[in-house]
Formats: sequence, C-alpha cells, structure tokens
Amino acid sequence: MEKITLASQLLQYFITGLTVGSVYAMVAVGFNIIYNVTEIINFAQGEFVMLGGLIMVFLHVAMGLSLILAFPATIVLVTLIGILIDRLAIRPIRCPSVLTLIIATIAVSIIIKGTASFIWGKNPFDLPAFSGRNPINILGAVIQPQYFWVIGFLVVTAVALSIFFDRTIMGKAMSACADNPNAASLVGINVKQMVLLSFALSAAIGAVAGITITPISLMEYDRGAMLAVKGFGAAILGGLGSFPGAILGGLIMGSIESFGAGLISSGYKDAFALIVLLVILFFKPSGLMGSVEISRIKRF
Amino acid sequence: MLRIAKLPIAVFALFIIVFPWIARQIPVIEHYTNIMVFVGIYCLITIGLSLLMGYAGQISIGHAAFFGIGAYVSGILTAKYGMNAWACMVIGMAIAAVVAALVGAPSLKLKGHYLAMATIAFGIIVFIIFNEEIEWTGGPDGMSGIPGLSLFGFEFNSVKRYYYLVWGFVLAVFIFTVNVIQSGTGRALRAIHASEPAASAMGVDVFRFKILVFVYSAVLASLAGSFYAHYLNFINPSTFDLFFSVKLLIMIALGGMHSIWGAIVGTGLITFLSNEWLRYFEEFEIIVYGAILLFVTVLLPDGLAGVPGVVKGWFRKQVSDER
Repeated sequence: MEKITLASQLLQYFITGLTVGSVYAMVAVGFNIIYNVTEIINFAQGEFVMLGGLIMVFLHVAMGLSLILAFPATIVLVTLIGILIDRLAIRPIRCPSVLTLIIATIAVSIIIKGTASFIWGKNPFDLPAFSGRNPINILGAVIQPQYFWVIGFLVVTAVALSIFFDRTIMGKAMSACADNPNAASLVGINVKQMVLLSFALSAAIGAVAGITITPISLMEYDRGAMLAVKGFGAAILGGLGSFPGAILGGLIMGSIESFGAGLISSGYKDAFALIVLLVILFFKPSGLMGSVEISRIKRF
Repeated sequence: MLRIAKLPIAVFALFIIVFPWIARQIPVIEHYTNIMVFVGIYCLITIGLSLLMGYAGQISIGHAAFFGIGAYVSGILTAKYGMNAWACMVIGMAIAAVVAALVGAPSLKLKGHYLAMATIAFGIIVFIIFNEEIEWTGGPDGMSGIPGLSLFGFEFNSVKRYYYLVWGFVLAVFIFTVNVIQSGTGRALRAIHASEPAASAMGVDVFRFKILVFVYSAVLASLAGSFYAHYLNFINPSTFDLFFSVKLLIMIALGGMHSIWGAIVGTGLITFLSNEWLRYFEEFEIIVYGAILLFVTVLLPDGLAGVPGVVKGWFRKQVSDER
C-alpha cells in the first residue's frame, strides 16, 4: 500500500480543481459571449450545462446512440434551446432595462429547471466515462481519465473560439457588435442575427461542459443555478467580457474550491467560490484581466 | 404614482378585519385564514422589497437570507435558551440590520447584474451556513420545538389570533412605508431609480438612501422570519433557499414593481397559488411560476398594477381606429 503524501494529495486537489474549473471556465465563456454582444447576463447559462448532461444521458444511455453520434446531437439540441430562449424570451421584451432582462433570464432558467425535473425526475444520472474508469496514477495522485477529457475540451473550445472570432467574417461581425452595435448595424451587420448567434454559441459551449463533466459529477435537474453563479464568479474574476480572463478565472475558481473543500471543510465547498465572487465584486469588480474602459462603455 | 389614496387603505383594512369571519361561513374556504397568515408574513417582506426594487431600483435576489436570519435567531434563542420571544424578535431584526449594512455597503455600489449576482451569492452562502452549522440550526433536518407567541399572558394559540397579530403588523408597516414613499425620502428614492448621477447632483445622498432602504427591507424580512418560526414551530433550511428569493421576486413582479399595492396583490396571488391552487401540480409548479414571471416581464412590464393602463390604452386605440 502506497503511502499518501501531502504532496500527492495537493496534486490531487489541484487536478480536480482544474477539471471542475474547466467547467466553470466554459460557463464563464458562455456568459461572455452573450454579454459581449448584448450586454445581457444570461442567468440561465447554468441550465445549458445541466441540459447538456441530461440530454446526453438520454441519447447515449437511454436511446443507445453511440458516443460519436450522441455528442453532436446533444449539442445541436441544446443550441436549439438557446435559440428559442432568444426568440421567445429576450427579443419580445419591448423596452429592455437591466431589471427586466435579469428577471426574464431568471424566468427562463426556472422554466427549464422545472421542465427538466418533469422529464428526468429529481435523481442524479450517470454517464459512462468516455474512455473507461481505470484511474491513472500520477506521482501518487489518482486521476480519472475523464478529467483529461474535460480539460481537453476546454482547450478545444478555447482554440475553436479564438479562430472563430479572429479568422471568420461571422466572428468578426460578432466582435463588431460587441464594440458598438449601432455602428455595426450601419455597416450592414444584422445585429439581431448576431444576438441569436451569441445565444446559440453559448448554449453549445454549455452543452459541451455538461456532457464532459457528467461522467465525473453526475447530473441532476437543479444543478444549473449553482453552476451559473460560480461561472459568473469566474467571469468576473477574470474580468467580464475577456475570454482569456474567463478561462483563467474558471481555473482559479475551481482550484480554490477544490483546495478549500480538501483542506478546510467539505461542507462549505460551495461557499468558497461564492465568497471569492463577493470579495472580487466588492474590491475589484473589473476583475483580473478586464479593462476599466470597457466597463465604462457598457451601459449595464 | 407618488400619491397613495387613503380610502383604499381603509377598505383594505376593513376587508382584512372581516375576512376570517367570512371564511368561517363558507366551509370550502375555511382554511384560507391559515393561508392568509402566510400571505401576511410574506407581505412584510415584499413591502420592503417593493420599496427597494420598485422605488429605489435596486435588485435583491437574496432576501430569503434575511427571512432565515429572523427565523433562526428567534428559533434558536427561544427554543434553546428559553429567551423572551419578543426580545428575540428585536435581536433578530438588529442582527439582520447589521448584516444588511455590512453586505449592503459594498454591494449597493454595484449596479444591475453585479448587484443581482452579489445578492444571489450572499443568499446561497447564508443558506449553506443554515445547513452546515448543525449544532445551532439542526442542519438540513431543521429545528423543532419553537414555542408560540404570547403577550402578557395572552396566548397566540389559534390561527385567528396569529392572523390578527400578523396583519396588524402588516398594516402598520404598510402605512409607515406609504408615508415614507410620500415623504422627501420617497422622492429621493425615485430620483435614485431614475438616475443616480442626477439624484446626487440634486443633493441626494444616494449611497446613504440605498443602504437605508436595504437595511429597512432586511429588518422587515427578519421580522417576517420570526413570525414564521413562531407560527409553524418548526423551521428547516429549505424554506430559505434561492428559490424563495426568486419567489419573492415573482410576487412583486406580478403585482407590479412600481406599486406598493402591487406587492400585496402579487404576494396574495402567489401564496395562494403555491399553498392552495397549485398543490396538485407539484412538479409543474415551478414551471407555472417561470411562465408567470416570463409572461409578466414580456407583456406586462408594470405587473397587474399596470393592467388598467394597458386596457385604457387599448380602448383609446380602438376608439381612435373607429373614427
């Protein structure tokens, strides 16, 4: 029997933290995509993750679809839900103020949560890990292979997004909306379409996060709110609107939570991330990588 | 909007006084008096929230925490230490006020989304504390054995007595709050809602007023929590979760945020929905709430209080179309 050293335990916490943090990072990136284009904080962001996990369970486990098919199918379904949210809840609001937009997205999130509890019930669901559950031993830390899938998909998402925003016309058009929606529409960019696209994109990213984390932490109908709050914490920590910031913020948030749960108290696991969120909001709302200038331009 | 007529208040007070008598005559709604006690308890919270959100324009999705602080302070001090219930109530309100000032001071510098998230995070942290400090709170199983209220030997031991006690407080708070709205403070709050820079340019101490309203609404929520604990004799953390804060939001959004009457109507409707009319839906319940909230936000931005205006506008349009 190998002795568990403090170092290997710390390594364990760190890798667990990075994994959970990858999910927060993806949620934070989702927040940023919508925020950049619309200045809306979508409080239903966490529901995309929950839906990603549960729809994947439905397609992969219940329907028996293979992983390769179920993965993209889940993303497509969640993306459609993201599009529906924009069409049914956001666009019809006639004179949007911050308060009404916050309330509308909260309404959407509880509708989704209620529907999910109606469809799937209240029990958590498991999903088979992508490449088995034989733990890998690294320097004494025991790592599930699924951890690497989660971290890997964060990297893939980040690379894909940076290509999208820097190299494609559509991505550039979206960045233009983020800078100045009026000017963007003057040069012929369909701003409404870009808003729709932002919801679709961030739903898709949420789905990826949900699909990859479910084999590790299971998934149930009411996970969304907490994921949204922590993901938002990650986005703020990195600086709202900044993509590298969101990823850094997510990873830091996950690590703090993992070390806090391991070294201080596991019962207060959820509280650590929230306390970090409050501290950042109170003392440095512009975050680590956010620019004060951008927060001045933004209305909300 | 600023003037609030006295006559409706008198009519409303009369209705509250005779309601238990009417309910007793009709067997089907006899238990409505019990539900009305809860409506009263929740009204104490939503009146304060309406002042905070509708008049001062500051969002809070964490008031379940203050409700819980009142309930747990009363519960712990009376059940475990046998202290006087009314003294505990005041202690609860004082603690809620201090916590509100500590959390409010940095939070209320934030705006919009940031404020919403800060209050959500605060609410969840307090909820976790209720669950984890098992020695004090009994943890997720809750705590029982909280005594009922009594005053100079008069026991509040029936639904009807609680009803009059709670609604007596609601009326007092309502009248006080209406007076606040119609005073200079109310005008200052509305100015803050319209534009903070403009308000501060006119000499309104924006920050001080925001904190004041936040503390006031927290104190009311704590008072409501104390009543809740004494009325039910049992509390557990799940009452004070994030969803309860959202439910409070639904209550005032449904009634109409910019109207204090709206808060009362919305609270009544939602409480009856959840305790009576939607009981059989169980799982669906939350979907119905979401649908109501979305419907109100998209189609009735001023809530039910705005309906007369919408109807009037529609008629005027019809008339002018005919010409």
